[in-house]
Amino acid sequence: MARIIVVTSGKGGVGKTTSAAAIATGLALRGNKTVVIDFDVGLRNLDLIMGCERRVVYDLVNVIQGEAGLNQAMIRDKRSDNLYILPASQTRDKDALTLEGVEQVLEKLSEDFDYIVCDSPAGIERGAQLAMYFADEAIVVTNPEVSSVRDSDRILGLLASKTRRAEQAQDPVIERLLITRYDPNRVDSGDMLNLEDIQEILAIKLIGLIPESEAVLRASNSGVPVTHDQDSDAGQAYSDTVARLLGDEKPLRFHQLQKKSFLSRIFGGGRR
Amino acid sequence: MKLLEFLKRERKKSASVAKERLQIIVAHQRGQRGQPDYMPMLERELLEVIRRYVEVEQDAINISLDSEDDCSVLELNVTLPNRD
Repeated sequence: MARIIVVTSGKGGVGKTTSAAAIATGLALRGNKTVVIDFDVGLRNLDLIMGCERRVVYDLVNVIQGEAGLNQAMIRDKRSDNLYILPASQTRDKDALTLEGVEQVLEKLSEDFDYIVCDSPAGIERGAQLAMYFADEAIVVTNPEVSSVRDSDRILGLLASKTRRAEQAQDPVIERLLITRYDPNRVDSGDMLNLEDIQEILAIKLIGLIPESEAVLRASNSGVPVTHDQDSDAGQAYSDTVARLLGDEKPLRFHQLQKKSFLSRIFGGGRR
Repeated sequence: MKLLEFLKRERKKSASVAKERLQIIVAHQRGQRGQPDYMPMLERELLEVIRRYVEVEQDAINISLDSEDDCSVLELNVTLPNRD
């Protein structure tokens, strides 16, 4: 029986796909058989972030409409045997997904996998609701910025009402906060919401904090999820996040201002 | 004196402004959670009816639905203008 995790946010551009790819990769690297599904029908991008865009033959919509089998559509990750990608369709419109179709696909995958990571599209429409409907757990990706925090709260409202767990009065979907693009320098100068404030406003448990990092763009440029870049702050922060998902205790990192050393202050080393 | 006061006054940091604004808007959003879908429409129509008789502002009406156990209470709060 797989655990279904939706990566969602409401607002676009906050790092959902980056996070879904990084977390799925991290789960696989820890030995869990994992599949990551792109629910953004019409605007697929997970394949690019995972670096498998040229190997896409069939997609989620083909599977749901019976034009291809699951095994034909799933792409095995080049770097990890435990990891599979199920891409979204690039051409069809969002109505191509049906609740019953998604349920069947997830049930089938549940037999073989430990974790199913659903990469939600932006917005609160049908596509986003389908991505979250069957979830056991939700990772709400939030930037330290007013519109992102507000939209995250809207998503929390949907998770509490428009999911199978809510509709069937089961245990609620576990909600976790993932703060991305956090810049301790700007927090320190008072121009960015700090993590305590965001947690206080949204009132859900923090699962991870990803600092604003050059490594993220580098990773997407090369199509290698940032979790593989263990020299980078973001890569390590995603590994910590995955460890917490798996129940490990990990202290928070990268949220405090790095005091500049005397020498780097004189010579102006590093970026600002 | 004025200059000294001006220099002493700390500029309000934008992050704390953001936090205050968010707390208000999120509280409002949560108030609407779990409400039936017809509530906004009901609110609009009630306001229309009231405005046929009394001249009230667009935001002078406050409507909420509270459920406790097996009974629900629809609360309607209308601020009427001062009588001249």
